[in-house]
Amino acid sequence: MDERDVTLDLLRELLSRQRLGVLATHGESGPYASLVAFAATDDLGRLTFATTRATRKFQFLTAEPRVAMLIDSRSDADLDFHRATAVTAVGPVAELEGEARDEACARFVARHPHLAGFATAPTTALLALDVETYYLVRRFQTVTELHMR
Amino acid sequence: MNAPVPLVLPEAEVDARVAPYVGGKALALAKLSRAGLAVPPFSVVTTAAYEAFVDGPLQARILFELERKDVADMRWEEIWDAALRIRSLFLATPLPATLRDALAAGLGPRSDEGPVVVRSSAPGEDSAGASFAGLHESYVNIRGLDAVLEHVRLVWASLWSDAALLYRRELGLDPLRSRMAVVVQEIVAGERSGVAFSRHPERVDQALVEAVHGLNQGLVDGTVEPDRWVLERDSGAVLEHHAATREEMVAPAGAGVRLVPLPRRRRSRPPLTGDDLRRVHGLARGAEGSFAAPQDVEWTLRGEELFTLQSRPITTGGAEDDGRAAYLGLRRSYDSLVVLRRRIEEEALPAMAAEAAELAAVPLGELDDQGLLAELERRKQAHDGWVDVYTRDFIPFAHAVRLFGQAYNDALRPDDPYEFIALLSGTPMLSTRRNAALAGLAATRRGSGRASLAGELEAFLDEFGLEPPGSPGRERERATMAAVVERLASAAAAGSVASGAATGRATGRPATPPEERGGGASATGEGSDARAGAASRRGPATPAPGRDELERRYLEAAGDDERERAAGLLDLARAGWRLRDDDNAYLDRIEAQLTTALAEAERRGLETGGRFAPRAVALPSPLGRPHPAASQPAAAGTGPDTSPAGAVAKARQLVGQPAGPGVGVGAARVVSSLDDLRAFEEGEILVCDAIEPGMTFVVPLSAGIVERRGGMLIHGAIIAREYGLPCVTGVPGATELIHTGDRLTVDGYLGIVVVG
Repeated sequence: MDERDVTLDLLRELLSRQRLGVLATHGESGPYASLVAFAATDDLGRLTFATTRATRKFQFLTAEPRVAMLIDSRSDADLDFHRATAVTAVGPVAELEGEARDEACARFVARHPHLAGFATAPTTALLALDVETYYLVRRFQTVTELHMR
Repeated sequence: MNAPVPLVLPEAEVDARVAPYVGGKALALAKLSRAGLAVPPFSVVTTAAYEAFVDGPLQARILFELERKDVADMRWEEIWDAALRIRSLFLATPLPATLRDALAAGLGPRSDEGPVVVRSSAPGEDSAGASFAGLHESYVNIRGLDAVLEHVRLVWASLWSDAALLYRRELGLDPLRSRMAVVVQEIVAGERSGVAFSRHPERVDQALVEAVHGLNQGLVDGTVEPDRWVLERDSGAVLEHHAATREEMVAPAGAGVRLVPLPRRRRSRPPLTGDDLRRVHGLARGAEGSFAAPQDVEWTLRGEELFTLQSRPITTGGAEDDGRAAYLGLRRSYDSLVVLRRRIEEEALPAMAAEAAELAAVPLGELDDQGLLAELERRKQAHDGWVDVYTRDFIPFAHAVRLFGQAYNDALRPDDPYEFIALLSGTPMLSTRRNAALAGLAATRRGSGRASLAGELEAFLDEFGLEPPGSPGRERERATMAAVVERLASAAAAGSVASGAATGRATGRPATPPEERGGGASATGEGSDARAGAASRRGPATPAPGRDELERRYLEAAGDDERERAAGLLDLARAGWRLRDDDNAYLDRIEAQLTTALAEAERRGLETGGRFAPRAVALPSPLGRPHPAASQPAAAGTGPDTSPAGAVAKARQLVGQPAGPGVGVGAARVVSSLDDLRAFEEGEILVCDAIEPGMTFVVPLSAGIVERRGGMLIHGAIIAREYGLPCVTGVPGATELIHTGDRLTVDGYLGIVVVG
């Protein structure tokens, strides 16, 4: 396996295990980070998450659609420095509508069944982060970039 | 046990080794049976079956329901709501085929042979020192495998019943660990039944037997008054006999049990003879011997054969009444609700109206001081009396709505567990009628252009006012109403007033995906078209069926045998719904008479020493603690103060219950006094502790409602639904954390309030 396949495998493993990521946005008052539940598409090209439209993160990402999301496997222990994997996904985010929304919503709810009510509420926006680059960090300081497009 | 626990265990295999998987009730029954007592044969659906059903998404959703908000912050209405939603989750989750097949195989003979009782048997529930009778459900007279499996699910769900949630700490309820076993037992349709205490709960030298004609359910749920004997514990000699008025009994009927008239010839006879009494007492003493602790035994007599239905340790009980017992006492059966309704509608309400009118006719100004004090005494007594009636009859009657909601959900399994409310709302309430009259005044004001509507306003106050004519309170009320009419008139001119029942609006940001907005209506900006509001409230792609259609479905689902009773229950629920509003107004009128007389005494400088102050209705509210924002800061620790100087905390997003769908955006108006109400501006969000009937007139002006009190069935939620306004209830600390003028977004779909 080449570096690309190894990286993809690691990513697939991480994104299918983890449920939460840290979303970084930027708005009028500066940078902002928030914890969100996400679901990845099979090709890893898209990360879907949900938020109500009255939130700060929604305001920010509407004004500035380029965002980052950090997803990691830490358990808050010493071993994390060696064993934990972290990935930062970067790309533009957009609210999904129509069929694309329904499809993403189904995937999101399959991953987080207890969030079905939240995901389908009329006040909730389904958002897609179309990943341009993944930055994968292993063993403390080993970093790999994966350019998706 | 090393092998996996079987999903179903036959009676013969129930012993101490499997105790954690079969629960206290099953274990007790097996033990009694082995001791030679007649126990109806049974099987146990073990906790392994519960686990197989719940593990996975259902467990995650139970967690979500119970962890979203600290249960300690929930009022009992909210706890009931949470239990209702969890119950709906259990009903909506089908039994996996493999589990169903395994249960069918295990229960086969038991469920095929005839009617059974499906009973809860929670591990730990009946252990010594922790007896919690009646927290979980049991179902009597269930026939056929499908019905049995259906009721097994309902018993599982009752692990999270409102009653169980109230005692969650004592029960150690934990969504990740708690499990429920179910006893499926042959029914013994005894002609006479009852309970026996081997030792009187309050007297160590006495014992107690209670008995009714028919099945035990009538005694257990309090609908049938039992005959009661106090016995000498050692000899069994009868010390006292309290005979009941024997008129009704509970008998198996259809798919369940019914309260039926007791045949005349049995009315004059106590359910037990002296000989029977000795046998029943002997049974209780025998059970006490088996368990080495005083027992509370349920029994039934079929012919001369005496069966033991259940045995559990006697709780010391009643040590502290923290309100939970009172709350559980609010639960009423269908039959007792019918009686309650008659008493409220035919006796209490007319009597209250008559008394208020009679008191209002007393010319306080003409009484001398002595006469005024006597009148105060009379009014205080009248008010106290009605507060008692309110507590005793009115509050429990609200249970009709809950009982109906549960029956509706059982019959139709709707996605929205509150769909049933659509069948109740639209029932004209006093406050809706009052608001309609106000809207009429506003229309007159606008149409006529007259600045003064003194005559019309006075007529309005005569019909709907809370303060008696001529009182200082009436002056204030008139000024407030005049201001409200003025606002309504100008708001109506701008076309932005919620007009009740079928209409509503969404202000601010569009609440729906673009394809839902429809109709060309703009859903943006303050005061948007009512149609946009209506569309936004419906949610995605689910055109809501009308009230008539829902009623038809409900009655049809009830089946031919049950239709009449189902219709009766709906009628009861509608009465309960209407009363939740009206009864407050009736009581307020009596209270207004008392406060008017108090004001008169104060005006004259009479010393009353506070003894005539109106007593508040004490709602049973076993839970709910002051929000940290409302209480004093915790005592300072001993260490150095390392808190950051100048740091300020501010609420940004508050969580409550979604109680009225829609989104409202506007400035907050925190209402805690009449002055706040007078200052209420059109388009503001009403933020309050609890909506009082006297406050409802500003509702049509508001863009949304936020209430500290929680629950789907409380006044604020009801009125919000009537007007189609976004509403979030049960927001802890709402009136402290939100300030007048704060910009709020009320998300009535998700129960979220965003500040700023």
